[in-house]
Amino acid sequence: MNTVTKPLYKDKIVAQQRALQDPDWVKWSLITIALSFISLFICIPLGLVIVQAFSKGLEAYWSALTQPDTLAAIKLTLLVAVVTVPLNTVFGVAAAWAITRFDFKGKSFLTTLIDLPFSVSPVISGLIFVLLFGAEGWFGEWLMEHDVKIIFAVPGIILATLFITFPFVARQLIPLMQEMGNQEEEAALSLGAGGWKTFWAVTIPNIKWALLYGVLLCNARAMGEFGAVSVVSGHIRGMTNTLPLHVEVSYNDYDVVGAFASASILAALAIVTLILKTALEWKQTNR
Amino acid sequence: MSILLSDISKNFGAFTALNHINLEVPEGELVALLGPSGCGKTTLLRIIAGLEHTDKGRVLINGDDKTDQNVSQRGIGFVFQHYALFRHMTVFENVAFGLRVKPKRDRPSNEIITKKVHALLDLVQLDWLHNRYPDQLSGGQRQRIALARALAVEPSVLLLDEPFGALDASVRKDLRQWLRNLHHELNVTSIFVTHDQEEAMEVASQVVVLNHGQIEQQGSPSDIYDHPANAFVSRFIGQTNVFDLDEHDADWLQTAGLLNPTQEGKIAHVRPHDIIIEKSDANHAAPATLKDWQHLGALIRLELVKNGSNGSTAPVFAEMPNDQFKQLELARGDKINLKIRQAHWFH
Repeated sequence: MNTVTKPLYKDKIVAQQRALQDPDWVKWSLITIALSFISLFICIPLGLVIVQAFSKGLEAYWSALTQPDTLAAIKLTLLVAVVTVPLNTVFGVAAAWAITRFDFKGKSFLTTLIDLPFSVSPVISGLIFVLLFGAEGWFGEWLMEHDVKIIFAVPGIILATLFITFPFVARQLIPLMQEMGNQEEEAALSLGAGGWKTFWAVTIPNIKWALLYGVLLCNARAMGEFGAVSVVSGHIRGMTNTLPLHVEVSYNDYDVVGAFASASILAALAIVTLILKTALEWKQTNR
Repeated sequence: MSILLSDISKNFGAFTALNHINLEVPEGELVALLGPSGCGKTTLLRIIAGLEHTDKGRVLINGDDKTDQNVSQRGIGFVFQHYALFRHMTVFENVAFGLRVKPKRDRPSNEIITKKVHALLDLVQLDWLHNRYPDQLSGGQRQRIALARALAVEPSVLLLDEPFGALDASVRKDLRQWLRNLHHELNVTSIFVTHDQEEAMEVASQVVVLNHGQIEQQGSPSDIYDHPANAFVSRFIGQTNVFDLDEHDADWLQTAGLLNPTQEGKIAHVRPHDIIIEKSDANHAAPATLKDWQHLGALIRLELVKNGSNGSTAPVFAEMPNDQFKQLELARGDKINLKIRQAHWFH
């Protein structure tokens, strides 16, 4: 049917489009502005990162990446992501479940609280942990006595990253689960499935793309976080430097190739994230 | 199997959804819970299913106290108003779900599951759709799949929440008949919720009328229609003309041939088909004037205006068969004599 009726209406649609369209000069100047803005602020800087990283050749790039401090930074960044992303995935699903499936006092307060890490400056987030666990902090003395190091050590970095990234998964799931309602879960329960079985067989398949999307964003931020981590890390080379911190330290030491080589890894991560994000968005709308 | 509800009460905050409900559903019946929206009928159904907890009272299925049992252990089948099919599973997998989640020792083998699912899909006449996903089906098809899914676990009772509420009028009519026939075939004790009195009368063998969280009347459709227990039921089931004797309608009713024989009450409810119409030859003292009429298919509904009544000015509705109406050759503004055959009296 459609193929038959289409040509009949085509002229009409074209005419309608023309009538509703802005003049050509508006169209082209807007496109020019948008494109030059993107190239000036995104494409050129990104290209520069790669040019600078390879400015002394492939060998210098490779040796910059394989020096012990850089490798330690990569390892630490991966460790932080491996610990924080699963924890925040579990937390995000639990929080979304609690908010969308139960009625309780302080629910809207909890919903607002989840957004807190987005609205607070990352530096403040880092400082919170210094105030809690630092030498002068609330638990500082107790921690000192028991020889536990949190600030200027890996646990502090993980805590700060956990705090910064916890909204991502919950934020993705809450609107979706609200929209879906819980009738499918009730149906599964009425058919004799237990709570756990219902969660895996009905809930997870329905939220999986949104969940993956949230995990992806969470991971990107966990690997790229600078502000909060910078406050709690202490910048000890080879010990508490994550990749973003390593870029800064190298740059301040006039090690341009080292700085940009590390930066190129983060840039590559960003591009991969973007591609996966686009793919997941496509998947979500074309289920 | 039989269902017994004793003294069920449920509050949502300050709102009383159900107030001391006692109800017995004998085995094999098809019962309609009928009432206006907000009367507590869906809450009552969800309490029987175990999807909602009672504040007070017990739920007994076949004599077993199920009040504290989880929904997944009650062995009920529940059909949701919006179907609630698993959208990521095919029709086949939807129906098979209840069998696949059984504990290992009770779970049938794959061959038996396949056989059973196809048999159920045959029963709802949709086996040819077994590979489709729910969003590829029409509303009526989805509802039938939802029913097949609920039947797969061989429930002791079947509970349906507004099963036809989200469907087109024509599909709804077909499915009502179909559900009635299916119930005859399976004979599983069933309760369905509806706000549509026509649907309740057409499908159910027993109707329970609810209002404000209380049972107003329980009985067969004809019982409820012919002997409404109170003014609410009379008004809710079918159309009714209400005459309030306090509003000086008594004299007018006498001219229409209706006396208040006993002291049963002061409010008369008259069904439109209990009013007999005659064209009045004399141009004076006719009790009513024909204002307008509507075609309802086989019936004509006449809208009459009362003459010489000091009471309410609400129109009176009468109904008669189409061909009888044609014989009378009435026109708008004609004077009408009428005779009321019977009325229900309420306080």
